[in-house]
Amino acid sequence: MIKNLKKQNVWFVFTPYLWLVLFFFVPLALIFKISISVSEWGMPPYRDLFSLSENGLEINSTLGNYLFIFSDPFYIRSYLNSLSLAFTSTLLCLLIGYPIAFYVAKSKTSIRNILLIMLIIPFWSSFLLRVYAWKVLLQGSGIINSILIHIGLISEPISMLHNHYAVILGVVYTYLPFMILPLYGYLVKFDLNLIDASNDLGAKPFNTFVKVILPLSLPGIVAGSMLVFIPVVGEYIIPEMLGGSDKLYFGKIIWDEFFVNRDWPIASALAMSGIVILVFPIIIFQLMYAKYNFRNE
Amino acid sequence: MSEPFLQIIDVSKRFDNVVALDKVNLKIAKSEIFSLLGSSGCGKSTLLRIIAGFERPDEGRILLEGKDITKLPPYVRPLNIMFQNYALFPHLNVTNNIQFGLKEEKISKEEINHRVNEILNLLELNGLEKRKINEISGGQQQRVALARCLVKKPKLLLLDEPLAALDKQLRVQTQFELVNLQYKLGITFIIVTHDQEEAMSLSDRMAIMKNGEILQVGNPVEIYEKPKDKYIANFIGTANIFNVLNKNNQIIIKELNYEVKNINNKENYVKCLIRPEKISVKKLENQSDNLNIGVVKEVAYLGSYTKYLIEVNGFEFYSFIQNSLVSDNLQIRRDDKVQISFNETSIYFFND
Amino acid sequence: MNKLFFKILTLTIGFSFLYFPILTLIAYSFNDNKRVMVWKGFSFRWYKELFHNEQILEAFYTSLKIASLSATFATVMGVMIGFSLTRISKIPARPFFIFLSSSPLVMPEIILGLSLLLFFISSNHIIGFPSSKGQLTVLISHITFSVAFVAVIIQSRLSSYDKNIEEAAQDLGTIPNMIFWKVTAPVILPAILSGWLLAFTLSLDDLVVASFTTGPGANTLPIVVFSKVRLGLSPEVNALSAIIMLIVILAAISIYLINRSNIKK
Repeated sequence: MIKNLKKQNVWFVFTPYLWLVLFFFVPLALIFKISISVSEWGMPPYRDLFSLSENGLEINSTLGNYLFIFSDPFYIRSYLNSLSLAFTSTLLCLLIGYPIAFYVAKSKTSIRNILLIMLIIPFWSSFLLRVYAWKVLLQGSGIINSILIHIGLISEPISMLHNHYAVILGVVYTYLPFMILPLYGYLVKFDLNLIDASNDLGAKPFNTFVKVILPLSLPGIVAGSMLVFIPVVGEYIIPEMLGGSDKLYFGKIIWDEFFVNRDWPIASALAMSGIVILVFPIIIFQLMYAKYNFRNE
Repeated sequence: MSEPFLQIIDVSKRFDNVVALDKVNLKIAKSEIFSLLGSSGCGKSTLLRIIAGFERPDEGRILLEGKDITKLPPYVRPLNIMFQNYALFPHLNVTNNIQFGLKEEKISKEEINHRVNEILNLLELNGLEKRKINEISGGQQQRVALARCLVKKPKLLLLDEPLAALDKQLRVQTQFELVNLQYKLGITFIIVTHDQEEAMSLSDRMAIMKNGEILQVGNPVEIYEKPKDKYIANFIGTANIFNVLNKNNQIIIKELNYEVKNINNKENYVKCLIRPEKISVKKLENQSDNLNIGVVKEVAYLGSYTKYLIEVNGFEFYSFIQNSLVSDNLQIRRDDKVQISFNETSIYFFND
Repeated sequence: MNKLFFKILTLTIGFSFLYFPILTLIAYSFNDNKRVMVWKGFSFRWYKELFHNEQILEAFYTSLKIASLSATFATVMGVMIGFSLTRISKIPARPFFIFLSSSPLVMPEIILGLSLLLFFISSNHIIGFPSSKGQLTVLISHITFSVAFVAVIIQSRLSSYDKNIEEAAQDLGTIPNMIFWKVTAPVILPAILSGWLLAFTLSLDDLVVASFTTGPGANTLPIVVFSKVRLGLSPEVNALSAIIMLIVILAAISIYLINRSNIKK
């Protein structure tokens, strides 16, 4: 292919990478720069990293923002809350999504196509509105409370909104399709003869699941978990709409530092530490996984 | 046959109101190679899956050594199946595939290693132990699939189209290896195949299936020489089938206008079969008014024998002549007139 | 039988969980009461109000405009990335380019939004571009995070693509410059379309990045909806949800029917 490309065409092929460097990596470098700048009143609300004064070139760099974040349990707790939210909801999505994906994939072709469409519909419909739906449902006067009162389980409406359980519920609900679809993609390709073969060789259904089905759907599990885990770590909307003050999350802290406190250096430092703590391990893991897959091709 | 090893009694199975098996009965003896032969959709694979335990029959029972195994799940049945596509586990290497079944039994590690090595030697798989399944050839995959079953020392081995995925050369070689292996181990084999040559060369006995029913059971010779009906005659080998007229105690092969004289049994047969290799043709040197004269429509030289398509009174049939027997057959060409002859004992009569 | 029962039970519970909230929302959109949760009677009142709400209509239009532009740009660049990664076999430092193109996939949107906003402000400071925040900045941001998703889809289609058909086309007399348009493009067209559709939904759905990078006159639909439901409930939003669900369901059904008729052919 490269033989057919003229010199200018090669450059043409590389424009998207230039775009990504300019609008993805440069901005990241920029927040790194701001994260080590000194905060001050004004616009922009930080002092330039390099400035010229009568003493010559002055470098106004500081690690103070990072030290501030990591000395304050408030920020550390928000990181931990986000990690635990991402971990819990990924696990729940996997536990709920796996059997659904499994049975959809094992259905007859005609039924399977209809079920697949039914899985894609929530995936396509607005994320924000699906979160909002739970806000409606969980209201004190909402339908769930009404049902519970009606069947006599509770006598008065209980507050189900504005706590971290509501957040977990909302996250699991909105991200479930992100787990199911990649799982389905791997399970539908699964050769059902392998299950028969395993049974035939003496493995009981549970052993067959653990020794054959699970390892062979591992790529789907990894893909689905990544699709849930990563965005949930930075999730802002769901804690904002369904959550309360019992637990604060990383995404909301950044939002508030930036929009409410207008402290750009702290917001940037939070974002940078977020990347280091949450994202780098994932990238490394993904590269390793890609290598593993490549070797097995 | 003394005590039948495997007995299939009145087994029926329907899928969504489509009958896959209809009251099938079979008795299979210990240590025999038995083939289920039929075209696709005849129910042979369903029967195999029922024996393996993947499907439950709607009616009927399966007895293995007199014990009813109909309701046993596949993982406790003392038999194994080799799948058509082998169904080897892609995430495991050769050794782990082979010992997969042994690990489900309560056997010591030494015993497992011993038996795996034994089977690796038997099937000449040494050196491939650590290979992944997609790193070995189709023939090797077939042997790994076989090893994976045999290492469990099953009482009965089911083979679903065991040679279908191999290329032609390898298939013939593997056929012999399979028979040798069975002879050495004495395990009962049940083979499902759609390939009549494969069934004939592998089996001690075979069953011909169609539309969920067993049409005929017998050894290859019986089935070839004495097929029960026209369908079987055509399915196994090439068949020349003629109509038979029964007039005033005369038995006449209609298309050839030939009266069969030496016949004891004068039942009301309506059809007869003469296999092509039992009809010989001879080039006519001079024109004569002999009744048994045909015209050669096509000639196909196949090395060891030659195929002739002969036409008599508008009816076409085949004659296969061994080239080693008659060298002047080589001179028979298209459109030649030939004299037809056959031995009356080669005529096999049947009712449609 | 037991297995079948368990299967039906799992699927029923699973799909009820997925659909119950959406359906409830649709049901309440017909409630003729300002207080969302108290049923007063069936009416189309909120649909009428929705269609007279200038703010929502304008935001809807803005969102559609940004989404279709962003999807188109992202698809073109995604195809280019897909090609450069799968077809240029001797691309130097391939892992580096994979890293470049897939990094946005693993970046939480809140960080993406923040970094882009700070970038736009600085860039305005230094070179005077972009002159102000608005539709252009939202568009640039949406293209940036959509490119990676489109590239993944194109890449997976191209890696299972039989290159022989290009050689066959050459053999049959297609000149090299036309091969892409006559052979490759039609074959990967479904992947291109689904890439475009994904980029379109990603843009239409985005709230966080748009909130950071938006400016005057560039309120997208999610921004307006969020401002309405952040603190309470809104009957108009119920009606909007019902309409969006209807559009999505119709789109899904038509895609299903098109697929089915293609398979039958």
